[in-house]
Order: sequence, then C-alpha cells, then structure tokens
Amino acid sequence: MADTTPLIPLPRSAARLLIAAGAVATIASTFMSWTWTPDFPGDLTVYGYPAGLQVIALVAGLLTLLFSLTLWNVRGLRRLNPTGATTPYLFIALSGFAVCWYTAIAIAVDLGGLVNLDPGGYVAVVASALPVLGALALPRPGSGARHYFTKPEQPAPARPLTGWTPYAIIIAGIALGLLAFTYGIGISPDESETFIGFSLLVLFAAWALVHAGQLDRFSALCAQHKGFATTAAFIAAAIFPFTQSDDHNANLGVNILIFGTVALGLNIVVGLTGLLDLGYVAFLGVGAYAAALVSGSEYSRFAGTQFPFWAAALVGMAASLVFGVLIGAPTLRLRGDYLAIVTIGFGEIFRIAVNNMDGTSGPDITNGPDGIPAIPDLKILGFDFGDQHAVAGATLGRFANYFFLMLLITALVVLVFTRAANSRIGRAWIAIREDETAAVAMGINGFRVKLVAFALGASLAGLAGTVSAHVTYNVVPTPYQFAGSTPPNSAFLLAAVVLGGMGTVSGPLIGAALLYLLPEKLTFLQQYELLAFGLALVILMRFRPEGLIANRRRQLEFHETGQLDVPDSPELPDSTVGVTKAGA
Amino acid sequence: MRFGGLTAVREVDLTVRSGEIVGLIGPNGAGKTTFFNCLTGLYVPTQGTVSYRGTVLPPKPHLVTKAGIARTFQNIRLFANMTVLENVMVGRHTRTKEGLWSALLRGPGFRKAEQAGEERSMELLEFVGLAHKRDHLARNLPYGEQRRLEIARALASEPGLLLLDEPTAGMNPQETRTTEELVFAIRDKGIAVLVIEHDMRFIFNLCDRVAVLVQGRKLVEGTSDVVQADERVVAAYLGEPFEGDPGEAEAAEVEAAEAQAAEAGSDTETADAESTSTTKGEPQ
Repeated sequence: MADTTPLIPLPRSAARLLIAAGAVATIASTFMSWTWTPDFPGDLTVYGYPAGLQVIALVAGLLTLLFSLTLWNVRGLRRLNPTGATTPYLFIALSGFAVCWYTAIAIAVDLGGLVNLDPGGYVAVVASALPVLGALALPRPGSGARHYFTKPEQPAPARPLTGWTPYAIIIAGIALGLLAFTYGIGISPDESETFIGFSLLVLFAAWALVHAGQLDRFSALCAQHKGFATTAAFIAAAIFPFTQSDDHNANLGVNILIFGTVALGLNIVVGLTGLLDLGYVAFLGVGAYAAALVSGSEYSRFAGTQFPFWAAALVGMAASLVFGVLIGAPTLRLRGDYLAIVTIGFGEIFRIAVNNMDGTSGPDITNGPDGIPAIPDLKILGFDFGDQHAVAGATLGRFANYFFLMLLITALVVLVFTRAANSRIGRAWIAIREDETAAVAMGINGFRVKLVAFALGASLAGLAGTVSAHVTYNVVPTPYQFAGSTPPNSAFLLAAVVLGGMGTVSGPLIGAALLYLLPEKLTFLQQYELLAFGLALVILMRFRPEGLIANRRRQLEFHETGQLDVPDSPELPDSTVGVTKAGA
Repeated sequence: MRFGGLTAVREVDLTVRSGEIVGLIGPNGAGKTTFFNCLTGLYVPTQGTVSYRGTVLPPKPHLVTKAGIARTFQNIRLFANMTVLENVMVGRHTRTKEGLWSALLRGPGFRKAEQAGEERSMELLEFVGLAHKRDHLARNLPYGEQRRLEIARALASEPGLLLLDEPTAGMNPQETRTTEELVFAIRDKGIAVLVIEHDMRFIFNLCDRVAVLVQGRKLVEGTSDVVQADERVVAAYLGEPFEGDPGEAEAAEVEAAEAQAAEAGSDTETADAESTSTTKGEPQ
C-alpha cells in the first residue's frame, strides 16, 4: 500500500480546524488595507471594501472555507468532494495561498520593499498559509509527487439526479464559467497583477475540482443532457456582450470566436482524421481575402462589386474549398510527418504569394503587403453592423454586432462538426486516424475520405475568414503565417486544438479563448510569451496529454483508468477513509 | 510479387470455390501473408492477377473489399480507440452510401441507414458473441475477443470470400475450438474462407483443401490426407532426416521440390496469384 502518512503530524480535528480558521482569517484580511498607496493596481487601500486582488483572495478564502466544511460531514456538502480525496483541500488552500503571497511579493517588488505592506497584507500572508499547513496534515494521496498531478481514482458513480436538478446544475456551471470569463476579460491590461492573481485562483480551483471529481461529473451530466447543455452554453455566450460596457471586450470576444471556430475546423482535420496540418491558417486567409475582394472596398481589385453577406460567405467558403482541394489532392498521399512538412510549405506559399501579387512582382490582385484596407461594414437586411444598437437597455457596439453574427457561425460549425463526426463519414475519419491500412482494407477510400475532411475543414475556416475580414476592417498577409507571437497563426491554431482537447467540440473553443486572452492580458510577458507558451505546452503534455477537455476515447487511451462501464462500487463512508488510511 | 531482387511469391495459383474452406500453410517467411496482401490489393503484384467471380480485381484495397473479399490481419489491426460497435460499423462502409451532405442534413434516409447499419452490426456482434460488449473500446477487449471482433468487422462488409490471417495465433486450445466453430458457421453462411494458420490440428480439422507454400512457391495442394502424406511438406517443416551426406541429399531434395513446383505453376503462364470464387448459386 502506498505511504499516506501526512507530511505534518497533526490530528485530523486540528488539521480541519486549521484549514477553516485560515480561510476565515483570509476572508477577514481582504476587508483590511493591504498597502498604503493606490499606485498598486486595483487600489487595495480601503478598509471594509475588497478590491482587485482582494476580491480574488476573498473568493479563494470562501472556496477554501466551503471545502473545509466537508471535513465536518456537513449534510448536503458531501457532494462537493464525493471521493473523499485529500488533494482537493490542498489545491483549494493553495489557491488562496498563491493569490495572497503573490500579491504581497508583487507589492514589495512593484513599490520597492516590504515596508509598503499594510497590516492587512501581513494578515493575509499568514492567514493564507494556515490552510496549506492544515491540508498537508491530512493524509497524503500516496508516496511520490505524481499523485498530486494525476487525477485520483475514478469518482464513485453519482446518484441519479431527478427533476430539475441536472438542468439547474448545468445552468449554474455554465453561469460560473461565464462569470469567470467576463471577470477575466474585464480586467484591464494595465492590471496584469490582478490577472495573474485571477489566473492562479482559476488554475488551483480548477485543479481542486478535477481532483474532487466534480469536472468529470459535470461533463458526464452535460453529455447526458447534450442538447440542453449546448443551448445553455450558447445562450451564456450570447449574454456576454450585454455584460460589457466596453466595446473593446466585445472585440476580444469576436476574435476569440473567430479563432475558436477556425480551431474547430482544424479539429476535423487533426482531431478526427489525424492529418497533421501545419498550414491551416492559409484557409482563413483565403476566406478573408475572398470576402475583402467582393466587399466593395475601394482598394479591392474589384472595387465597386459589393456582394451581400451570404454571397460573400459562399465565395469565401468556395475559394477556401478550392484551395483546400488543390493543396489536399497532391499532399494527402503522404502520411504523418511528411504531410506536416508539406502543409507548412503550402501555408507559407499562400502568404508569400499574396504578399507578391501587388502588380509589380506579380499580377495585381491582393495589393501586396498593403493588403485591402477600408472594408465597409456589413449590412444584413438593413441592419448595419457598424452602428450602435440599443437592445434591452444595453448599447451594443460594432464589435458586439459582429459577435452575434460570429456566434451564429460558431453554432453552425459546431453543428457541422458534431453531425459529421457521428456519421458514416466521421467513423471513416476516425478509422483512418486509428489505422489507415486497416481502414483501407475495410473498404474505405482513404484518399477521398481524407480529401473530404480537408475540404470541409478548409471551407469552415474560409467561412470564419469572411467575417474576420469585416471585423478587422482590412486584410494583410502578415497574420497568416506559420508561427508568430499573436493568434491566429497555424502554430497557435494547432496549439488551441491540442491544448483544449483533440476530437472534442468544447476543447478547441476553450483552448482558443485561453490562447487569445493570456497574451492580451499579460502584456508584460510579451517578450517571453512564446517561451512561456512552450513551457506551458510541455507541462500540459506531460501531465494531461489528452488536453484540457478530454475526449472520452482519448482519456481512456492515455490513462488506463478502466472501462467505460465502471462497476458500481459501494460508496465508502467519507469520514473514515482518511483515518483508516492514515493508521494503516 | 517481387520486392527489389527478392521474389516473395511466385507462380502461386489458387482457386477457392464458394462454400469452401481452404487452408494455406507453410513455414515462416514462405510468403503467405504477402500472398494475402497481393489478393487484397495492399501490394500491387508485379505480375499476375486476382480475379473474383470472373472479373479481374484492380489492386486497390477498398475496391477489393467492395467487390467482396474481406480480410483480417496477422497482428490484430482493430481501430483501438473506437467502440466495438463502431468498429463493426466501419466494416459496413462499402455497403452504405451516406455521404457528408446526408450526415449534415440528417434526413429520414440518413436515420434509416444508420439504424439499419446498427442493427446489422449488432447481429454480427451477436454472431461472434460480443453483443454484450458493444460500448467497450476495442483496445480494452481481451485478445481472443479482439480476434473475433476483427472477424465480425470483416464480415460486416458482406464478403463472398473471407481471408483469415492466423486467426488462432496466441490462443489457448479452448479458444481455438471456439474459433473453429465460428469459421464453420461462417462457411455455413455461404462465405468461402481462405485461412492461414500454423496450428495443424486446426487446419486439418477445418479445411476442405490445403495448399502448402514454401519459399514463395506452392508445393502441393489437396485434401488434408494428401498434404499430410506428402514427404516434401514434412521436409519443408522439419528438414531432411540426417543420413549420409546431408548437403547433397538436401540439394537434391530442394531441386526436386523446385522442379515439382515449377511444374505445378506452369499451367498459368503469368499468374502470380489468382483467387477465383466461382459461384454456382448466389452466396448469401
């Protein structure tokens, strides 16, 4: 049996008291002043009114307190930590600890010395360390650090929920997600410190929830009520612009949607069919350029021709489709690494060709490096996307309008993805990913099926490209490169798919949101961004190779956690587990 | 079939009639699997043709399967991360038509086809005894069940000729017997079976005819009695009894075997591999 003696020898009652007391003290500290000057981002000087990082510490404290109550077997709270594992307590305690200590260090560094800390700051530093000590006094999950990174055993099967509870839980979960997203996106880029604190909280809290088996249960619940969960998620996304007073955040939102939609298209090619395409951003570029050419911009080669949006979207899709087939037909005969290398090449060919088609180095089509500026706003059925519109008391700016259009397109792409994946052709794609030789021997025309995947992915990216051309006012060749420091580029798109989870719907969308938001908010990281990004990917691949959102299949593939039909194991009495393990 | 300077299979002429179980045996490296790969179009034969019911098949695997020849692999090649049911449904690929558009629009035709495909696949899973494991991942099945799933997947393409590449490799005697019964049941469905195997008891119990392949050539073909009685087969597997000067005797034996093989192959001038499932009635 694994060694589970706690690191700190303390009786269980003392440990849980330490956690709860530390949490309460942390909460109290957030109502005090942490520093004397409002120079530090987020004004932490006011007594009785938490702000900025204090709010984040407050939330961490509340969560820690809530979790600690499960150690007393409070009725109804047992669901919070059904496995009875001790790691969630440690991680939730670490969230408060990380936020408070980071804040204290940031104050000391930014303002020059510990002298700038007010009493509240010292209280927070001490108080937030207590729950960590308490959690370390609980039995360890096993000898070795591995147990802190990988998920513990499969959670006990949830009791079937009846009536409205599953719906309420789904809505609550999605609302929580929306809340976290709007809060994160609402943090001003000048307050990088606040955003880091927020990221620490989200990271550790999510880690704790994963270890408590909550995320598994939630995703199982969503899978059970798929239609409802999807609808709720889209409604939540549609509420987002109403929560923003600033059109800048809506701009971030629409860019995330574009990026996420393209990543979802790439997921068909990479995640389902297993074709490593490293030049995928070119299809976004083809769609954007095609839409720009027929947008009625006076700098377009076809100045004066202004297609209605539906026609422009079709042109963008068709152009990408043709480009996809042209690239796919010769390259899809290659497998694995060779395909990846060739697709990089073709992706770069697009960018360089567009760069040169300026009338001097080549035919005058794309205006070369200047691109096509002054793309007019869309007008659909008299609705001008460039104007502000007042809807239900909220003013929706230009980007909010495009956000709604893009949300519709994302919904369409999600529909296409799920329907295609669960069909004869989707099965053929997955079969080719799994074993191309066997798939071909089972009667699948490998080349044709792969070409369909390639063409479908390309045309979906082209569709997103048509909107992106209008959102950004202009199209230039530079963003459509293989690797760069800002999304979208092929490397980031692939990272969004891999980070989020291959073969899933929500994975690439979440991955895209993270990859877009982090560089946007952590401006000070700009020089080290790619380094940090690479490190994050390495760490993720080491500990969670299936991505943030695990496809059921891939999860089973990477962690041999057992069968799909886990036999109903009798639920262990929560209270005794820790003690007996500790004694053994 | 030639790989560079190496001729892996030469002048093998084999005919399988419908409702027949034919065994293909030979020492390791004799070219049995290469022969299968030629038949199914995974290798393009350098010489010779494969014909099925009178038509010559193009060397494209998916067209061969479509025509009605399905196979299993020596080292199991299931779609490891798909469920058992999905594996079988992939096998039905050539017998269904629904393309991307019908998948996206989900009309009544699509639903009907999906449902029919699922029902048919479940029938096959029941046939091989895996119906209760429909939602398991193929990779999590025990070895013997993976073999049976591979057979079910091959059967899903509604073949007239089934090629089994060492279906009992690594099985215990009881599992081998189950497989034997399964192969008989497949034959009773009117499907011709060509099976590669090293388990002689299995082969001689099962097969109506047995062909012996040695160093890429067909040594002998006939009923199990004929093959078992043939000295050259014994020699190919066990070597010559040690008498006198082994070098000379062996050389003479090999020469004799080669002469015999050349004679057997001479009636088809250029055919490396020919499999004809000549049918009298329509096989089910």
